[in-house]
Amino acid sequence: MTSVETGASVALTQLYLTMARIRAFEAKAMDLFAEKYIRGSVHPYTGEEAVAVGVCAALRPEDYITSTHRGHGHCIAKGLELRPMMAEITGRATGYCRGRGGSMHITAMRHGMLGADAIVAGSLAMAAGAAYGLQLQGKDAVVVAFFGDGGAQQGIFHEAANLAAVLDAPVIFVCENNQWAISTPISCAIRIENIADRAAGYGFPGEVVDGNDVLAVRDVAARAVERARRGEGPTLIEAKTYRITPHSAATPTDNRAPDELSYWRERDPIVRFGRELVEAGHASPERLEELDRQAGEEVEDAAEWALASPYPDAAAAEEDVYAPADWLTPGRLA
Amino acid sequence: MSAVATRELTMADALNEALREEMQRDPTIFVIGEDIARHGGLFRVTAGLLDEFGPRRVIDSPISEAAITGAGVGGALIGCRPVVELQISDFVSLAMDQLVNHGAKWRYMSGGQVSVPLVVRGPISNGIGMAAQHSQTLEAWFVHAPGLVVIMPSTAADAKGLLKSAIRDDNPVVFLEKRLLYSRKGEVPDGEHLVPIGVADVKREGRDVTIVAAGASVQLSLQAARQLAREGVEVEVVDPRTLKPLDIDAIAESVARTGRLVVVNEGARAGGFASEVVARTLDHVPLSDFKATPERVTAKDTPIPYATPLEREVLPSLEDVVSAVTRVMQD
Ligand SMILES: Cc1ncc(C[n+]2csc(CCOP(=O)(O)OP(=O)(O)O)c2C)c(N)n1
Ligand SMILES: [Mg+2]
Repeated sequence: MTSVETGASVALTQLYLTMARIRAFEAKAMDLFAEKYIRGSVHPYTGEEAVAVGVCAALRPEDYITSTHRGHGHCIAKGLELRPMMAEITGRATGYCRGRGGSMHITAMRHGMLGADAIVAGSLAMAAGAAYGLQLQGKDAVVVAFFGDGGAQQGIFHEAANLAAVLDAPVIFVCENNQWAISTPISCAIRIENIADRAAGYGFPGEVVDGNDVLAVRDVAARAVERARRGEGPTLIEAKTYRITPHSAATPTDNRAPDELSYWRERDPIVRFGRELVEAGHASPERLEELDRQAGEEVEDAAEWALASPYPDAAAAEEDVYAPADWLTPGRLA
Repeated sequence: MSAVATRELTMADALNEALREEMQRDPTIFVIGEDIARHGGLFRVTAGLLDEFGPRRVIDSPISEAAITGAGVGGALIGCRPVVELQISDFVSLAMDQLVNHGAKWRYMSGGQVSVPLVVRGPISNGIGMAAQHSQTLEAWFVHAPGLVVIMPSTAADAKGLLKSAIRDDNPVVFLEKRLLYSRKGEVPDGEHLVPIGVADVKREGRDVTIVAAGASVQLSLQAARQLAREGVEVEVVDPRTLKPLDIDAIAESVARTGRLVVVNEGARAGGFASEVVARTLDHVPLSDFKATPERVTAKDTPIPYATPLEREVLPSLEDVVSAVTRVMQD
C-alpha cells in the first residue's frame, strides 16, 4: 500500500471515518447515560451506520434530512459537528438546541437537519411538505426522511407517501428496517416481505437495499436523489439492517435470540466495509486503525468540550415558545 | 375504618393486579398496545398477562396508535371491554380523532343505542429528561371532551381500585398514570378492591388551606403540607382521583371550611385543569366564604424542555406550592 491516497480512496475512507465516528459517538453516549450526564434515553444507531452514511453520501450540503429517536447517526452523516451534538444531549447551553431538545430532538438548520422526531413516523409529512416547499421556491434541493420499520405502520406514513406522490415532491423516504420495534419483531407488525413494495400503492418506485453495505446504499440513494431533483417525485428505499445493541439506554432488556444477534454482528457494516477497502487496495489495515483512533479522539474531545460547557440558565426556559411578535408581552399568554 | 388486611405493592404491580383480576372475571376484556405482551409493557404494567390469557387477549400491536384506539372503540361497540395502552400518554395526539370524534361521541350520536366501555391508559412521563414529546400532562384535553371519563390516581391502592372500576364502567375512560409513581409502593387492600369513579379522597386533613391535586401533584402537595405544618399552617389535601366527573362537593365542602384554595397541577397553565377546578369551586362556594384569592400552581406555559435546569424551572416545584400556600395565608 502506498501512503498517498487517490481521490477515490479519500472519498471511500471518509465514508469509513464517518461510520467510525457514529460508532464511537454512540458508545460514548451510552457511557454518559450510565454516568448520568445524559437524561431520558439514548437510542444507539450501532450496526446501522451504513444506512445514514450511504444515503447522506448521495446528498449535497444544501439538501435536508429529517430523523427519528435513533437520530445521532443521521446527524453525523449529514455533517453536524460532534461538539454541539454532545452538548445538546448532555443538556448544555452550547448544544445545537441550547439544551431544549436533547438526544431525540437535535435540529441544526445550518447543516440541513430539519429535526429529529421522537414521535415514530412523525416527520414524514413534514419532509414531504419541506420538499415541496423547496421546489416551489425554485431550489433543486431534496429532503430525505429517515424512519424505522415500526414507523411504516403509522397512518401518517401512508398519508405522507401518497401526498408526496401527488405533489411530485422531491423527497426520499428511507425506511431503516432493522426488523424490530423495541420488543416487537416485524413479523408481528406486517404481513408482507418488503415494506418497499408498498411504494407501488402510491405510484412511485420502491427499492430494497442491503442496509449494511454502505456503497450499495449510496448507489440506490443517488438514483432516488437524481429522480427527485429531476422533478419526478418520491422514492421509497427500504434498507434491511439490524441494531446490534438493545433498543435504548432506558430500555436495555433485549429478548432477541442470541444466534440472530451473532448472525448480524458478523455482518457488522463497519468491519465489512473496512475489509472491502483493504481488499480493493483503498486503505491499509493500519490506516483503518488510524481512522478508528481519530474517530475516538474526536468523540472524546466533543464529550470533554460538552461537559465543560455551562448548563442553560433556568431563566431561559420560557424563551422561544413563540416567534417574536408585537403582542408578545409578559402576562398575555397564561 | 375496619381493619382490612393490606399488602405493599408498587403502583405498576397494583395496576397489573387490576388487569389480571378483571380479565379473569370478564372474558370480553382484551388488552392491546405496543410491547405489552412479550415484553410485558415498558413499565411492566401488563407483565405476565400474555402467559395467563394468551395472544388473542393480550396483543402486541404495530405502532399504530390511531388504529389500536379505533379498534378499541369498535370492540367496545359490540360488547367487549378493550383496554388500550398508549406507551407514553403523549402519543394520544395520534389517536385523538378516534378517541374524541368517535369513542367519546358514538353513544350520543346514536341516540343512546350504544355505549363505549373502553379504557385508554398510559403514563405521563415528565421529570426525567424525556423532553417535549414525551413529557406532557394532557388531562385538560380529555376533560374538555364531552363523553369521556378522566382518571388520574396518586397511590397504588387508588390505581388498582380505579382501574377496575374504569374497566367495568360503560363509558370511555382515559386513565393517566404517572411514570415516576410506577415504582412507588403503597398499601393495597386484599381481596376485591374497587374505588368508585367520581369520589374524591382527602389525603391529609387540615383547617387552614385546601390544596386540590391529583396524580403526582398529590405527593408534591403532601410534601409541602408536611413542611408547612412545621410552621403551623395546616393544609388539607383533597385528591379528586377522577378529574371528570369531578367530586366538586368534596372540594367545595373543604374550601368552605378553610376559605383558601390552591390547585396544584402539572399541566400547562393556559386552559388547564387547575383553572377548571378554580372555576367549578367558585360555582359552589360563595365568594364571601373565601379568605383569599384562589391560587393555581401549574407548569409554565412552555413545551417541556430537556436539560435539567430548564425542566425543573418549568414544572411545579415544592417551593412553588409552599409559596402559593404562604401567599393565600397572607391575603
Ligand atoms: C407515536 C409513537 N408511538 C410509540 C413510540 C414509542 N417508541 C419509541 S421507539 C419505538 C419503536 C420504533 O421502532 P422503529 O420505527 O422500527 O425504529 P427503531 O427503534 O427500530 O429504530 C416505539 C414504539 C413513539 N416514540 N412514538
Ligand atoms: Mg425498527
